[in-house]
Amino acid sequence: MSQAPATTGGGNRAIGKWWIMRRLSQLGILGLFLLGPLGGVWVVTGNLNSSLTLKTLPLTDPLYLLQMLAAGHMPYQTAWIGAAIVLVFYLLLGGRVFCGWVCPMNIVTDSAAWLRARLRIKGGVRIPRKLRLWVLGGMLVLTAISGTLAWELVNPVSMLHRGLIFGMGWGWLIILAIFLFDVFGSQRAWCGHLCPVGAFYGLLGKASPVHVSAEKRAACNDCMDCFAVCPEPQVITPPLRGAAKGVGPLINDVDCSKCGRCIDVCGKDVFRFRIALANRAADAADASPNN
Amino acid sequence: MTDKTLKPLTSPARREFLLDAGKTACGLSLAGLCLGLYSHQTQALPPGAIRPPGALPEADFLGACIRCGLCVRDCPYQILKLATPGEHVATGTPYFVARNLPCEMCEDIPCVKACPSGALDHSLTDINKAQMGLAVLIDHETCLNFLGLRCDVCYRVCPLIDKAITLEQQHNTRTDKHAVFIPTVHSDACTGCGKCEKGCVLETPAIKVLPRPLAKAEAGKHYRLGWEEKKKAGQSLIEEQGIVDLPDRMPDATPDAAPGGLPPAKQGNQL
Ligand code: SF4
Ligand code: SF4
Ligand code: SF4
Ligand code: SF4
Repeated sequence: MSQAPATTGGGNRAIGKWWIMRRLSQLGILGLFLLGPLGGVWVVTGNLNSSLTLKTLPLTDPLYLLQMLAAGHMPYQTAWIGAAIVLVFYLLLGGRVFCGWVCPMNIVTDSAAWLRARLRIKGGVRIPRKLRLWVLGGMLVLTAISGTLAWELVNPVSMLHRGLIFGMGWGWLIILAIFLFDVFGSQRAWCGHLCPVGAFYGLLGKASPVHVSAEKRAACNDCMDCFAVCPEPQVITPPLRGAAKGVGPLINDVDCSKCGRCIDVCGKDVFRFRIALANRAADAADASPNN
Repeated sequence: MTDKTLKPLTSPARREFLLDAGKTACGLSLAGLCLGLYSHQTQALPPGAIRPPGALPEADFLGACIRCGLCVRDCPYQILKLATPGEHVATGTPYFVARNLPCEMCEDIPCVKACPSGALDHSLTDINKAQMGLAVLIDHETCLNFLGLRCDVCYRVCPLIDKAITLEQQHNTRTDKHAVFIPTVHSDACTGCGKCEKGCVLETPAIKVLPRPLAKAEAGKHYRLGWEEKKKAGQSLIEEQGIVDLPDRMPDATPDAAPGGLPPAKQGNQL
């Protein structure tokens, strides 16, 4: 899909409102964590796996709670409370908001995708998008068999975040390898096909009422810009092209990371954020016979 | 979805699907196997790395610690560090190296309190009961006290002086007129804080803190120390059990000596 002729290739309107907001969010969160070690101001301690904000608010990544349980360890109450808060947050906002707005790896893979587009690299290794779910399952099975958080030895997501805050060691090599693979190996290989963290958060995304909506889809002129920039272009097709089939305009596929890139690049302003539970075709702004 | 039942096994689409699934399964299991082996390898903590106080036994610790570094942050002396890839400690887990910075044995044990997962056991409330490792005076040839000098530094710096480490006086066989004072660590009291290792005046310390499973020997479960059993019981345990005392062989022993040996009254008078 991304190989489709893109009129702008995602390069022309590389920076948009949502892109800026997202980077501010990602870098801001990282900045809060770095404020302590670099500036001596301790707002948040720990890292994304588990943290303590202002010495009172505990947050724990639910995936780590799951890993502890799989490894046969009963976590303390603090971890349960922290994981419950995070869980509710992502159930409300949509799981993969983590990928688009929090995860530091996203900046790496977005940059790789940008470079790949600039260098006009096409094709590469074919990886099924579902593979990430298998990686997630396999990772949990391995945790159960080994009784240790084995995945943590190689997890680039926590390695990058923890590395920036606590020291990287040779972790750069793993991050670099993923960057290079995303550029030369396969389009959006890591975040879009392999990452079990993203897969896990995707599973949390079903119930969220926050969506990007192809509200003015009738105005779409098939320039394909949104498909070119979207890290998960398969999620756009049904709502954007589904008017005839009575599909609603909400992009409600759990793989959507709500990054808002489609909103940024669309020259016809087809997309906007929308809070809604039901996805009715009638909700499209131009749900009129002229389509 | 196309109807799969109508497709012969050799149809290109079917073949491709099976091939893809097979490749995926192979790739995943291979990656899993590598990771499994790697994780197995990192399960043995290198001797120089000491876990924070209250850490669960290593195998449990690796299944409990979520590599968050909250313990690292709450250590007021900044002795802890999270392992990075390339080190021989599991990536992201906290440890310290005693020779660089030993544990200061904070009374309120902030590192343990900070741990959200339970990898550091909150039931440890008295830092003197911590068992981070066990100090061992490894090099008897180079330790100054063993040579007969009075260095004593490891002994002096121990927060549990005279409990965790004592000086045991022995005869100096080299000079034949002095004493040597052997620094002796007692495993029931040593917390493994590493102050002694840090303090040792030698270029490379003669005393080192090691992970307890490495440092501590274990006698056979059935071993009994006679003198301790006697103390426990308040009396000898074998006297009244009708132990058969074989006759002492004397040059002039008569072949018709009673099998029970000489009567107790006579025993002391022999020879
Ligand atoms: S007891 Fe104190 S010095 Fe030792 S690791 Fe914990 S916080 Fe650091
Ligand atoms: S606070 Fe606990 S879970 Fe976090 S790194 Fe330290 S030992 Fe591990
Ligand atoms: S490690 Fe050394 S200083 Fe610390 S308690 Fe043990 S003997 Fe004492
Ligand atoms: S400090 Fe070192 S050299 Fe001195 S007595 Fe202790 S172990 Fe021996």
